[in-house]
Amino acid sequence: MKIEGKKRIWQDYQKEIADDSYFYVRSCVRQNFFPASEKIFLKILKEELFKDIYENASHTTCSGIGYHSDVVPFETTMTIIARQFALMTEAGYENFVSSCITSFGLYSEVLETWNHFPEVEDRIREHLLKATGRQFNKPKNLAHASDVIYKFRKEIGERGKFRLINCKSGKPLKGVEHIGCHYSKMFPSKGIGGAEYPYVLVGMIEEWGGEVIDYPERRHCCGFGFRQYLVKANRGYSIACSKKKFESMEPYHPDFILTNCPGCPMFLDRWQYAISEMEGKTYGPDGQGIPVLTYEELAGLILGYNPWDLGLQVHQVPVEPLLDKMGIPYNPETKFLGKNGEDLGRPEAPSFLHFYPETK
Amino acid sequence: MKDFGYTINPDRQINYDQNSKEPVYWLETMEPSVNICISCGGCTATCSARQFTDFNIRKVHTLMMRGETHSLKKEIKKCMLCGKCQTVCPRGVNLRNLILSIHKILEFNNL
Repeated sequence: MKIEGKKRIWQDYQKEIADDSYFYVRSCVRQNFFPASEKIFLKILKEELFKDIYENASHTTCSGIGYHSDVVPFETTMTIIARQFALMTEAGYENFVSSCITSFGLYSEVLETWNHFPEVEDRIREHLLKATGRQFNKPKNLAHASDVIYKFRKEIGERGKFRLINCKSGKPLKGVEHIGCHYSKMFPSKGIGGAEYPYVLVGMIEEWGGEVIDYPERRHCCGFGFRQYLVKANRGYSIACSKKKFESMEPYHPDFILTNCPGCPMFLDRWQYAISEMEGKTYGPDGQGIPVLTYEELAGLILGYNPWDLGLQVHQVPVEPLLDKMGIPYNPETKFLGKNGEDLGRPEAPSFLHFYPETK
Repeated sequence: MKDFGYTINPDRQINYDQNSKEPVYWLETMEPSVNICISCGGCTATCSARQFTDFNIRKVHTLMMRGETHSLKKEIKKCMLCGKCQTVCPRGVNLRNLILSIHKILEFNNL
């Protein structure tokens, strides 16, 4: 085997990620599903890595959910995205970082469209100027937030207090990585590793001591698919996709699932609960599920943040088995306490999934 | 079990690792011409049983070759063994013997 040749080919699968000075745009839905992920991303960049990252409260949806559900026309979407670029330009930034995979795919799609059809870009510039009086420069560097964490994975690992290693057996924890479809399946050159070998999450797991599982349905969609979920009657398609993945990964006994998309952790987490309630089937040992994490939550755990400050108590599949394996201390009594110790109430325990803390 | 207002769609993935290849090996021995079929569908187009039922002899061939034998027993009973399919087959597959052989294999293996 000629390693040099492989290394040269692998160079084509890399992408440039800016080193500093980011303009950050949030996701519409992540703050509801995984409330601390975006906050933790900003905290890691500002307080751990000392990077300049700026977000503007005036930024809006990219309209991706509406666009992919066929209710927002592309022309409108492009103008909305042009406004986000205008906010970036006005703030004096050139490196655009998106929290959402759908947004990232859509920004890539819009920039590619303008690249191939400059007359469309001119028309959108005119629309934006007429509607808002704003002008914009296109970003010099477009990255997804997971790209940025990937870029600084070594620094995070070095500063980390915990590793993806079973504290009892000393063996690496087995992780399933699930990449959002819109990360690199649409524009392979925009993602690390392209569409065939996405490396962004693998790089994090390997750097932080874990082992990645390669299983048959690894590149299968989580099942979100917008219309598959948004129309209730279609949800059977959505849950069937997730079920196919769970059944494919189950024989490899994964300790956790790592994702980089707003929809994927939501569905891989919640559908485990739904399948357990509908069929009585769980995919972990002893009635446990497979904990699902976002890359920010995993980075936060590695850095030793309090799991409840990372919002892990709102996951449908309890994460305590993973915390126990990693040796991360946590207080079960404070799991459902909110800001300033406010009692958030205890959710109803699922019928089949193991619930933590145990009911006394 | 809870009802959320939707169900989990059954999987249509064909898992070749789980399906038994044994019935196909038997069939290849009993009627070797099964392997020269080009799936043109001429047999199905001319089928007498097809006029009155949903019998599809090309589908029977496909399911057999995939090892998906669970619905075949019921399916092949629709054939009247008239042999019109055999007269139009461009490859000369012995379709009547094919059907009879499948019937014997399913009976013998209790499939």
